[in-house]
Amino acid sequence: MMTRMVRQPDTPLVRFARAYFASRIAAAASAVLLLLILAALCAPLLAPQNPYDLMALDIMDSRLAPGTRSGDGRMHYLMGTDEQGRDMLSAILYGLRISIAVGFASTAVALVIGLALGLLAGYAGGRVDSLIMRVADIQLSFPPILIALVLLAVSGPGVGKIIVALIAVQWAYYARTARSAALVERGKEYMEAAAGLGLSPARIVLRHLLPNCLPPLIVIAALQVASAISLEATLSFLGLGLPVTEPSLGLLISNGFQYLLSGTYWISFYPGLALLLTVAAINLVADQLRDVLNPRLQGV
Amino acid sequence: MLIFLIRRLLQSVLVLLVMSLLVFAGVYAIGNPVDILISPDANQAERARIVAAFGLDQPLWRQYLLFLQNAAGGNLGRSFAFSTPALALILERFPATMELAVAAMLLSVGLGIPLGLLAGLKPRSLAGKTIMTVSVLGFSLPTFWVGLMLIMVFAVKLGWLPSSGRGETVDVFGVPLSFLTWDGLRHLLLPSLNLALFNIALVIRLTRAGAQEALQQDYVRFARAKGLSNGRIIGVHVLKNILIPIVTVLALQFGSLIAFAIVTETVFAWPGMGKLIIDSIRVLDRPVIVAYLMLIVTLFIVINLVVDVLYSLLDPRVRLGDSR
Repeated sequence: MMTRMVRQPDTPLVRFARAYFASRIAAAASAVLLLLILAALCAPLLAPQNPYDLMALDIMDSRLAPGTRSGDGRMHYLMGTDEQGRDMLSAILYGLRISIAVGFASTAVALVIGLALGLLAGYAGGRVDSLIMRVADIQLSFPPILIALVLLAVSGPGVGKIIVALIAVQWAYYARTARSAALVERGKEYMEAAAGLGLSPARIVLRHLLPNCLPPLIVIAALQVASAISLEATLSFLGLGLPVTEPSLGLLISNGFQYLLSGTYWISFYPGLALLLTVAAINLVADQLRDVLNPRLQGV
Repeated sequence: MLIFLIRRLLQSVLVLLVMSLLVFAGVYAIGNPVDILISPDANQAERARIVAAFGLDQPLWRQYLLFLQNAAGGNLGRSFAFSTPALALILERFPATMELAVAAMLLSVGLGIPLGLLAGLKPRSLAGKTIMTVSVLGFSLPTFWVGLMLIMVFAVKLGWLPSSGRGETVDVFGVPLSFLTWDGLRHLLLPSLNLALFNIALVIRLTRAGAQEALQQDYVRFARAKGLSNGRIIGVHVLKNILIPIVTVLALQFGSLIAFAIVTETVFAWPGMGKLIIDSIRVLDRPVIVAYLMLIVTLFIVINLVVDVLYSLLDPRVRLGDSR
């Protein structure tokens, strides 16, 4: 304590980092998540084989157990091969890429939409507020999987469509949180000061209200990335999500499902493990973010 | 109360209308409804009959009204795959889904409350910590993946339990039920456990929190002072007090169970409504899709309405007159 007083005061970012990495589990989860994202980004460089280049596949190598070498000895299938002789490790790396991209993209767009609507509702109040919040309430009374099912059953599968469905599922959470944060902030003195200075409403909302509403939204967004990835995997597993040409982890698991009963476990198991690792790592990171960003728990 | 009910009913009707408009837009306005509603291998007479029945030669708004009129009368088209009325087909599968959901509910209470009590009473013990870690997994693991693992371990590796179907059923008042036969029970166990997983975790958390809070209360201290046995204090006094929130939350979760049954039924090939809708989407059996969506949304609206009303009856603090 004494040394801290002599030193320069820490910047908020340093304080945040120190609090965040105080938990070893969170630090480990962050490292795992970072590795997974890097692996997904560099999939074309890391993968031993391009899993969607049919010329590269050898049908003679179909359903080989993990650790076997290919017939011609050129490939070493660390996680086995699927029905078409595709290296599962390569398929997982490419699948991870799609799963992570869909999860993050849908969350980012939903966050922006929900934030805009929530701030609008909280700042404007009145009719606008009750309309937006009524729609959000009604939507939140249905489970996410049902809303996604309705949208996808009507529109059919596709990358764009599943992203739209995931956005539709998520926006209400952000809108609600942003609204309640905006309501709290609206009554504070700095908002009055900003209004007293004669700033335009747009400037007040964007430069003053928005930054102060962000922390709870970041936590929710982090949690939502995990559930978006999980939901996308579920929908793809059910055959409602992504088309066969863009196999995410869920679709890989689904492809392996029919072989599971005959004891060929690895086609489903390893993509499942990758999915699990991703979702668990994101959840742990989000939990730690919540603990650090929540002022009531700070310093505990 | 009456005003609330009327308002809430109006809102429900509005949601249903929006929903029907969405489904209608998806099925009728995008693409050619003649191709969508009429099976490709229907003959000319059949084709003409359906065009007339759904008014496909009429303007769009009139088609929508006809669709609503037909839907209100329970006529949502005939399934291509089974050539029976779509609604009847779904209702036929309804008991299987309900059986699964009720079994999952019983498992969540039967496993969740004892485990939650254990974790709440002995939070520092190894058992308590293990239970809490497992309950975190119950929240974050994707349902379908857990289902696959259950099949892999208990059906494929160990061979203890069957992996798919309902097994032997017994007809009770014309409704086939699995849980009355040994074979059916064995078939029911894995799917219902899979479906219950999230709720087990939820009940564990609620019970643990409730138990820890209740132990601080004066009535527990008084009961101890009176010299009651530990078992009686926990089994009667504590349990009674923590049961109210658990029952409320579980009632709210029932609708979600039916929605999530889609996943579990697909994994375990359980012949319920959820498997039917997924199969129908795969073969583009659109009348069944439309009927299912309309039915499940109606069901949800009814569940939400009932829960809201019950809530106000159980808890006088919830005032419904000025809703939000």
